[in-house]
Amino acid sequence: MFGFGILSCIVFLPLAGAAFILALRGNDEATLQNARRAALGTTLIVFLLSLYAYARFDPSSSAFQFVEEKGWLGNGLIYKMGVDGISLPFLLLTTFLMPVCILASWKSIQNRVKEYFVAFLVLETLMTGVFCSLDLVLFYLFFEGSLIPMFLIIGIWGGQRRVYASFKFFLYTFAGSVLMLLAIMAMYGVAGTTDIVTLLQTHFPSSMQKWLWLAFFASLAVKTPMWPVHTWLPDAHVEAPTAGSVILAGVLLKMGGYGFIRFSLPMFPEASAYFAPLVFALSIIAIIYTSLVALVQEDMKKLIAYSSVAHMGFVTMGLFSMTAQGVQGAVFLMISHGLVSGALFLCVGVIYDRMHTRDIAAYGGLVFRMPLYATVFMIFTLANVGLPGTSGFIGEFLSLLGAFRVNSWVAFLATTGTILSAAYALYLYRRIIFGVLDKPSLASILDLSWREATQFAPLVALTLFYGVYPSPVLNASAASINALLKGYDTALAVTKTAALAFH
Amino acid sequence: MSHLSLALAHCLPEFILAAGTLFLVLLGALRGKESDGLVTEIAAGLLGAAIVVILLGGMTTAVVFGGAFIDDGFGRFMKVLTLAGSLVTLVMSQDFLAREKIDKFEFPVLILLATLGMLMLISAAGLIALYLGLELMSLALYVIAAFHRDNIRASEAGLKYFVLGALSSGMLLYGASLLYGFAGTVSFAGIAETINGKASLGAVFGLVFLMAGLAFKMSAVPFHMWTPDVYEGAPTPVTAFFATAVKMAAVAITLRVILTAFPGIASQWRQIVIFISLLSMVLGAFAAIGQTNIKRLMAYSAIGHIGFALVGLAAGGEAGVSGVLAYMAIYLVMTLGTFAGILSMRVNGEGVENISDLSGLAKTDGVMAFFLAMMMFSLAGIPPLAGFFAKWYVFNAAIQAGLYWLAVIGILSSAVAAFYYLRVVKVMYFDEPAPAFDEPAPAPRAVLAVTGILVLVLFAYPGVFIEATTAAAQSLF
Repeated sequence: MFGFGILSCIVFLPLAGAAFILALRGNDEATLQNARRAALGTTLIVFLLSLYAYARFDPSSSAFQFVEEKGWLGNGLIYKMGVDGISLPFLLLTTFLMPVCILASWKSIQNRVKEYFVAFLVLETLMTGVFCSLDLVLFYLFFEGSLIPMFLIIGIWGGQRRVYASFKFFLYTFAGSVLMLLAIMAMYGVAGTTDIVTLLQTHFPSSMQKWLWLAFFASLAVKTPMWPVHTWLPDAHVEAPTAGSVILAGVLLKMGGYGFIRFSLPMFPEASAYFAPLVFALSIIAIIYTSLVALVQEDMKKLIAYSSVAHMGFVTMGLFSMTAQGVQGAVFLMISHGLVSGALFLCVGVIYDRMHTRDIAAYGGLVFRMPLYATVFMIFTLANVGLPGTSGFIGEFLSLLGAFRVNSWVAFLATTGTILSAAYALYLYRRIIFGVLDKPSLASILDLSWREATQFAPLVALTLFYGVYPSPVLNASAASINALLKGYDTALAVTKTAALAFH
Repeated sequence: MSHLSLALAHCLPEFILAAGTLFLVLLGALRGKESDGLVTEIAAGLLGAAIVVILLGGMTTAVVFGGAFIDDGFGRFMKVLTLAGSLVTLVMSQDFLAREKIDKFEFPVLILLATLGMLMLISAAGLIALYLGLELMSLALYVIAAFHRDNIRASEAGLKYFVLGALSSGMLLYGASLLYGFAGTVSFAGIAETINGKASLGAVFGLVFLMAGLAFKMSAVPFHMWTPDVYEGAPTPVTAFFATAVKMAAVAITLRVILTAFPGIASQWRQIVIFISLLSMVLGAFAAIGQTNIKRLMAYSAIGHIGFALVGLAAGGEAGVSGVLAYMAIYLVMTLGTFAGILSMRVNGEGVENISDLSGLAKTDGVMAFFLAMMMFSLAGIPPLAGFFAKWYVFNAAIQAGLYWLAVIGILSSAVAAFYYLRVVKVMYFDEPAPAFDEPAPAPRAVLAVTGILVLVLFAYPGVFIEATTAAAQSLF
């Protein structure tokens, strides 16, 4: 297509949109409206392109598809793109959330509008690039590059403590990632290339694997985020503008989980097995501790942020169970959480735009003035809790199932997290939606507008649809995940045989 | 006679600069005040001509003038960088000097002289030639550091630089004489032959003193103390000159001395380089955090970046050296761009230098803020900007050479350094606007735009650039 592959089109088309918006002159309302339309149009086209890729994707194969390869830096560093069943759902999630984010920013962003949409479109390029690259250096380029627009989005359009939050976000992630960069260099030294497909076939020496695993962990654990390096997340979420929070929760956090499943598990299988108990312990702490922290939050966004950390605990637990159920559940949970937590941040954004406060205490009894909003909010609250029939249930259940097969104590402790999540989510819902509407400021609050309803409709539909029919995601990723686990088991078996032969 | 003409063919760029400088001194002295603009234009033309001569010239390696002067791929690469740094600084400085009313014809002449010294330094193949080049460069630099002679800070900067520079020259000379005493020759090749593998204590002492003198010129820790004061006090174009051309020449001669005179005792100099590099990276990262003056900030940033570049030298080998070359080239572009931005910082005719003066620049001058922000992200080493590739090459060489701890500490200090680069971005983008800057002069503006675009698009096609650094590095081995 246009002389590029379809993936390059998906990745770089947003840049064209950004260039177009930059070229717009003037600052009157008509120009700004054009900027918004251009951003929406670009993201919609990108979404359609990714749907087209999905339609042509062959889910029965575990190989990378739509592969493009060009020379780049020389010496084994190449420009290589491709997707498999694991990355494709994330790619779709990203392209799907982007138009929603643009819609959510339609009215709420009123200063430096053009720059805002340019930052978002550049961010889309970098995020889709992360999921499409098949070269480690290229991956790192996109992975780290996404810090720049997000830093600006939080810092320029954020709330009161935006400067603190943006620095914390940037420096935390950057400090972790540079260690991953060194690991990438070391892997390059062993394999002579940074082509991910080749690296997946490369066996790294056992002692080296542990160091490499730790270096990747330093970066991915911060990004995911795992306890105890999660502290940047509540700050970043609280201060980011609504759409920034949506992208942060919906996509940026998923880069961490995606990194684990793409690099840590298949490339360092022995180290993954060795460190799995560590990951389980951190996941359990994350699930229980952050759920408890969420219970006492007074700020809506902070509460949802802590709930995100807890859910990502389920993801890491599922991934490192190394069972088909656990890994599939983790992937599904990430997709589902991308939709649900994104939607919850949008829900907060709706009332924040009206009242300009995120204090839970400032609300109450909204159901009387905003019945439609109450319904939408309820669906996502229940999906966040993991109620059967919503997408949240499938992911949590599969992850727990996977963990149970490996270690029933881990599963037991993690299950308490589901109970706690019901507690904090329903408690939040009760305080905001139910009760008496006695606050004078809320007396004239309006229900969802058409634009807001439009942005929620696809999210509601997908959450419920995946809740009863999860096959589209599970089927797409099944072949790749099975291949991954098979490779993992073979690698471990080989080490075991070697160890036995040694005795 | 043909022998001399052959030798001259190999030092044609130096010859052009030397003859041109003499001519310009005459022109300036005879024509007086009205020749100022003309002298600058001719000086720029000479620098440009030297670059063209090098680019079009031969690709061979030759040692001429009795083994004192070497013309090789490495030298040509570094000379082009140095000349480019001088040329761009000279072009950018015109407007600044005119506004500060120090646009005397001596300025371009001194720049040319210093550059001539640098070219000789880069091509030095022996200790005497090294010292000649170094002193020619340094004497011119002492004068232009204090060029704004009615300004107390500039005079102080010049004096400081002179006193400390004289001390470091002394150390270098002491080391050189020790080396001559123990090796019996001044040529690098001869020294390498004599102390091949078995370093006598005296030679190691000589090496240490020599390194101390060179570290001073590179402003590497622990010989960095002069840098912040001189960077802050000297007129901004001079600071830009220090940060670009001078750095290129100093790093070039350090590489050449170490790799051609001491290849046999790598274990001896490697410890020194690792020590210098580590300290520079860490100090550059931490000391810059508290700075409020942007020129001082850039001074600490320069110290840190020298540390990063030396990581490549510590790794050694072709990959390491090519990494250093790539680093220096990218650093040159980033620094020129940043100083083009700093040169544009003027409010109501007065130059301002505080980071807070950049407040809200995104609102008052979006284009400048954007490019300056890209420079900052690039200096911090964030992909996909050029600064990332610079770090990639040196750290990759270090990892392949097994210097894991150096790489880990270095890369973590780059994360610390990211903080203060981000602070500049924060001031420009997140803060409320300070008074807008005056209409900027076209030259710095153009330099900022061109370097900004280079930094942004290097990732798309870095192949040619890497081939050039690799070829240049090969000629040292």
